[in-house]
Amino acid sequence: MMTPTATVKTFTIDGKPYSATEDETILDVARENGIDIPTLCHLEGILPTGQCRLCMVEIQGSGRLVPACATKPEEGMEIVTDNPRLRNYRKMIVELLFSERNHICAVCVSNGHCELQSVAQKLGVNHVRFAYLHPRFMLDGSHPKYEVDHNRCILCGRCVRVCEEIEGAHTRDLRNRGIRTMVITDFDTPWGESPTCTGCGKCVHVCPTGALAEKGKSVAEMAKRRHFLPYLALRRRGGK
Amino acid sequence: MSDRIVIEQVTRIEGHARVSIFLNDDGSVKDAQVHVTQVRGFEKFVQGRPFYEMPSLTARTCGICPVSHLIASAKACDQILSVRIPPTAISLRRILNLGQIIQSHALNFFYLSSPDLLLGMDSDPARRNILGVAQEHPQFARDGIRLRQFGQQVIERLAGKRIHPAWVIPGGVASPLDPSAREQILREIPEVKNIIQRTLDWYKKNLNAYQEYIRTFANFPSLFLGLVNKEGRLEHYHGYLRVVTARGSILADQLSVEDYADYIGEAVEPWSYLKSPYYKPLGYPGGMYRVGPLARLNIANECGTPLADQELAEFHCLDKGAVLSSFHYHYARLIEILYAIERIEQLLDDPDILSTSVRAHAEVNNLEGIGVSEAPRGTLIHHYKVDEYGLIQWANLIIASGHNNLAMNRGVLQAARYYVKSAQLTEGMLNRVEAVIRAFDPCLACSTHAVGQMPLAIELIAPDGRVVDTLVRGE
Repeated sequence: MMTPTATVKTFTIDGKPYSATEDETILDVARENGIDIPTLCHLEGILPTGQCRLCMVEIQGSGRLVPACATKPEEGMEIVTDNPRLRNYRKMIVELLFSERNHICAVCVSNGHCELQSVAQKLGVNHVRFAYLHPRFMLDGSHPKYEVDHNRCILCGRCVRVCEEIEGAHTRDLRNRGIRTMVITDFDTPWGESPTCTGCGKCVHVCPTGALAEKGKSVAEMAKRRHFLPYLALRRRGGK
Repeated sequence: MSDRIVIEQVTRIEGHARVSIFLNDDGSVKDAQVHVTQVRGFEKFVQGRPFYEMPSLTARTCGICPVSHLIASAKACDQILSVRIPPTAISLRRILNLGQIIQSHALNFFYLSSPDLLLGMDSDPARRNILGVAQEHPQFARDGIRLRQFGQQVIERLAGKRIHPAWVIPGGVASPLDPSAREQILREIPEVKNIIQRTLDWYKKNLNAYQEYIRTFANFPSLFLGLVNKEGRLEHYHGYLRVVTARGSILADQLSVEDYADYIGEAVEPWSYLKSPYYKPLGYPGGMYRVGPLARLNIANECGTPLADQELAEFHCLDKGAVLSSFHYHYARLIEILYAIERIEQLLDDPDILSTSVRAHAEVNNLEGIGVSEAPRGTLIHHYKVDEYGLIQWANLIIASGHNNLAMNRGVLQAARYYVKSAQLTEGMLNRVEAVIRAFDPCLACSTHAVGQMPLAIELIAPDGRVVDTLVRGE
């Protein structure tokens, strides 16, 4: 028996019929049903922002692609999650990420545990057709426990969101625009001097690459632990 | 200014080099220079990187001997942490280093140099490679491949992969030894010991056939430098610098590696990207010294393993003082392979080798670190300075092959004067000049040309720039 206020939408993904409640996104429904849509900035437990554009899907009748992580299905929608056009765009996005900063996996602390690396493998990115830009960012090693290497940052904003939404500190934010954009601590102070950082390390563990890492980890040793996140998010919503 | 002969590329070496032979008006050889034609820039681009990346970053200097760099680098990082790493970690690093020495020496002797020795310096260059050896002397080629495989497998079984493993880290090693890996290595030792003894016997029997090369391949007095342990024994992982004169007497002993800058100067020559180190107390270029297998056997009192000690005693009888011909680098490599196999066995027999305490943890406690080890080609020094957060501010790498730069140049000149007669250029003549370089086994970079297919062009250029004669290999 349905309550009068509950609305269930019915729609198709890749030709098969599905249904969703009002607060579910296309990505939620896809993942529940084993349909693989690649993501990088999305992380269960923090709010979606649609920044990385990897989860773009097609809606029949609309020329515009929409991010599956931040779009809710509408009644009768026909959603396409995989075709040559989408694969081409996704590959290009990953190539552009690789071409911008310095993502040399072989010497990275996160080699073998990196989401950028595994997405690239999954999408078959075996070369980068764009010129490497490699702007040089200084590392910040001032924190006693952690280190940030902006050269490996993909600006997904997970660290900014987890710090604000879960830890409640909002130590991190972004500054500048375009290629000069970078994650900063407070008003761009060295991390070790931040009066707001609690040293909880959530930002380090949600970071998809080796940009944020624990000090003392050597190459390929920085595996991230994220199992805490859905639990913490649930507690924050009042356990419902 | 007279004619000049250029050998480009030098083949069957590791890396890229070119040789220029300058001729007098009467066609005799006036001078010769080995140009190392690649610039790498590691010391510059590591600046700003965290020190714990250094083992993996600097390992990329070379795909043949990444382990040597891993070890020297990790040792420099141990000093930055100011830790004494667990004894088992030291033993495991030693085994890894010895595996590296076996595979690298086998690569040089069997793959790169044996074609000259077995098929002849003047044989058809298209077949003068390991495949040619495999056709004519299949068992010999199989032995070489097996020895190299064993060395590589030691590395793989300890560190997870053969090339660029990330297992050696600041403070020790990443994981303890798997008991089954120990069993496997120990099981294979009798077989490889047998192979290297067979090869040594064959080599010694044939030594007479190479008398001309022994006389002319960089055979001159020089100093010899390398590590020995406290007792003056052969040492590859940790020890003290010893310098021995051409007469075989000890000039300096038990020098602390941390003070290397007091003993080793580095001169820069405009014609090569490779620096020319020299022994400072004797000045430049009088302080020319050689490193590597020949130097290590010249400076060591003994090896410390039974079979290698017998071979070393025989080796020391080759000359009255130190063994001076660089052709004997080949001989020395074979003895070192035997030593490395025996030493790996000794280290694995120690029950403590399976200890799970293999890593020390610490923060940055020291802003400077110096790490040294004996790489297959000689003494390797890594020297870093970091800021308080552990970011590299300055780095200096003294690569093993670099130490031999002066001696190698002098050796090439010696051979060129003896073999090159410009009136009748032959390919075999120039191959002998290249073979001198191969004897030193310089590792000039990450690439090898093991199969010898790189085209070699030699041009004889007249004073007006006219090409008088050309010889092209590989067509």
